[in-house]
Amino acid sequence: MSENNSIIKVRGLVKKYNGVEAVRGVSFDVYSGEIFGFLGPNGAGKTTTINILCTLLGYDSGSVAVNGFDCRKSSHEVRSSIGLVFQEITLDNQLTAYENLKFHSYMYNMERKTTKIRIEELLEVVGLTARRNDLVREFSGGMKRRLEVARGLLHRPKVLFLDEPTLGLDPQTRKHVWSFIEKTRKKFGNTVFMTTHYMEEADVCGRVAIIDNGKIIACDSPEELKKSMKGETIYLKTADNERAARELKEKFKLEAKVIDGGLSFNVAGGEKFIPRLFEGMGVEINSISLKRPSLEDVFIHLTGREIREETASPRSRTRGPGGPRGMGRGRG
Amino acid sequence: MFSYKAVYVIVMREFKRFFRQRGRFIVSMVRPLIWLFIVGAGFTKIIDVGEGADYIQFILPGIVGMTILFSSIFSTISVVWDREFGFLREMLVAPVSRVTIVVGKLLSGTALAVFQGTLLLFIAPILGLDVGVTDFLAMIFLMTMLALAITALGLFVAPFLTSLEGFNVIMNFIVLPMFFLSGALFPISAIPRAIRFLSFINPLSYGVDSFKHVLLPAGGRLTPEMPIVLDIAVIAVFAIIMTFSAAIVFDKKK
Repeated sequence: MSENNSIIKVRGLVKKYNGVEAVRGVSFDVYSGEIFGFLGPNGAGKTTTINILCTLLGYDSGSVAVNGFDCRKSSHEVRSSIGLVFQEITLDNQLTAYENLKFHSYMYNMERKTTKIRIEELLEVVGLTARRNDLVREFSGGMKRRLEVARGLLHRPKVLFLDEPTLGLDPQTRKHVWSFIEKTRKKFGNTVFMTTHYMEEADVCGRVAIIDNGKIIACDSPEELKKSMKGETIYLKTADNERAARELKEKFKLEAKVIDGGLSFNVAGGEKFIPRLFEGMGVEINSISLKRPSLEDVFIHLTGREIREETASPRSRTRGPGGPRGMGRGRG
Repeated sequence: MFSYKAVYVIVMREFKRFFRQRGRFIVSMVRPLIWLFIVGAGFTKIIDVGEGADYIQFILPGIVGMTILFSSIFSTISVVWDREFGFLREMLVAPVSRVTIVVGKLLSGTALAVFQGTLLLFIAPILGLDVGVTDFLAMIFLMTMLALAITALGLFVAPFLTSLEGFNVIMNFIVLPMFFLSGALFPISAIPRAIRFLSFINPLSYGVDSFKHVLLPAGGRLTPEMPIVLDIAVIAVFAIIMTFSAAIVFDKKK
């Protein structure tokens, strides 16, 4: 894809909070019609970037354009061309699903006739037609999310922004939301820009930018990023990690990283390597596992640490980690 | 970009919410009745006013003023509420100007307050007050002015409140003193000299006084204390200043 195809163009973006750089010279393009993901730990600068793109936040230097409009000079045009789904729920609990959508249509100055048709159409797509006249406070977290996506698409934006769209949802609901984001993209042809710190979610994207400490450290399709890892990842727990790491270096010329009280390294042809490892090592091996590279491994490889649940911004509530422990979105 | 459609839908939303929050609706209807028929009726028995208005009649303008005060302030708390629950962001990212949102909140707060004040006016005949059509229309006009002024004041304060807890502080340190110092329950001349200036910098005093001009019969001890022209002028100036201040603060603070 070429440059002229980009619907979002960011060059040398810098944003400081009280003199500290939260976003440190970020440049990227998002192409029309793709799902683009911003992957990184909390506090990496994802939400800051998305807020700048949505004109909710100013910036210190660089240039940002969405749909050909400068985010600073033409914020109105930018706002008209985008739809937003925030990290936290931004629906009115005391209005019905239909009323929430209707409110939105008035705020975006939509024509009355098309509004009605589109609301019905979107409610159908998100599977909330039967619940259209129910108050939103009676909805589950997943239903609220779906309604928000529907609302974000109501005015037919060129770009749909999703800030951690499945944060705090259980794995099943999460899958449901993804399939439905993909479904609406196919139907309406909008570009999707999303931030996430879930690896599985990044896998849904056409291209992923990995962001850490306010900088983009890699940007490519998930497949290419994984291919760059070369081989498989082996995770090893031994009686003496230090000695094991030394032996790996001397006998197999492998650089291992200490992670979670074990060792992790990459090796081509991992399955065949394991027997050789057992023969060659002088240290007792307690456990061993082999993994095809995931985006998580790419991240670990690039940054030397895992994407962890770090302290979130004070606004956002408890962040459920992936898996069944995931918390409800609260504030029902 | 200013959008009338957006103003309209913001007002509609506030009305829907008002009628859906049963508790809020009932409290706002019952509170003035408690003041009138318990406090007012009780004091009427022990206060000898001689000629002119009875005590229970005297406090009706004050209770209308109180209703407008509480309703207007509570409406603006919805800004804090909206921020707390995220809905404010839905409005802020829409392609409309901040002024649109301020105007929407201002009109909805005003309209809700006037609506409640108007319902109270229907009690006037029960209290033996003679309210004709012209008086009624004059009251609507005066109530709108006062509601506008106080809603604007609330909108000016709301962006500084970072949480709903701040609302309690506002209630106790601003709203209640405003009510008690307004001449709603006793004439301003009865307030100790040392703190009487507080009554004169209180916009509600002028609103309540203007209501007294319309609702109370002439003569007796309990009468309006300021010229009505002064009442209207002060409220109008206050409303204008507060509206602009609110718009500016809202634009700056998010």
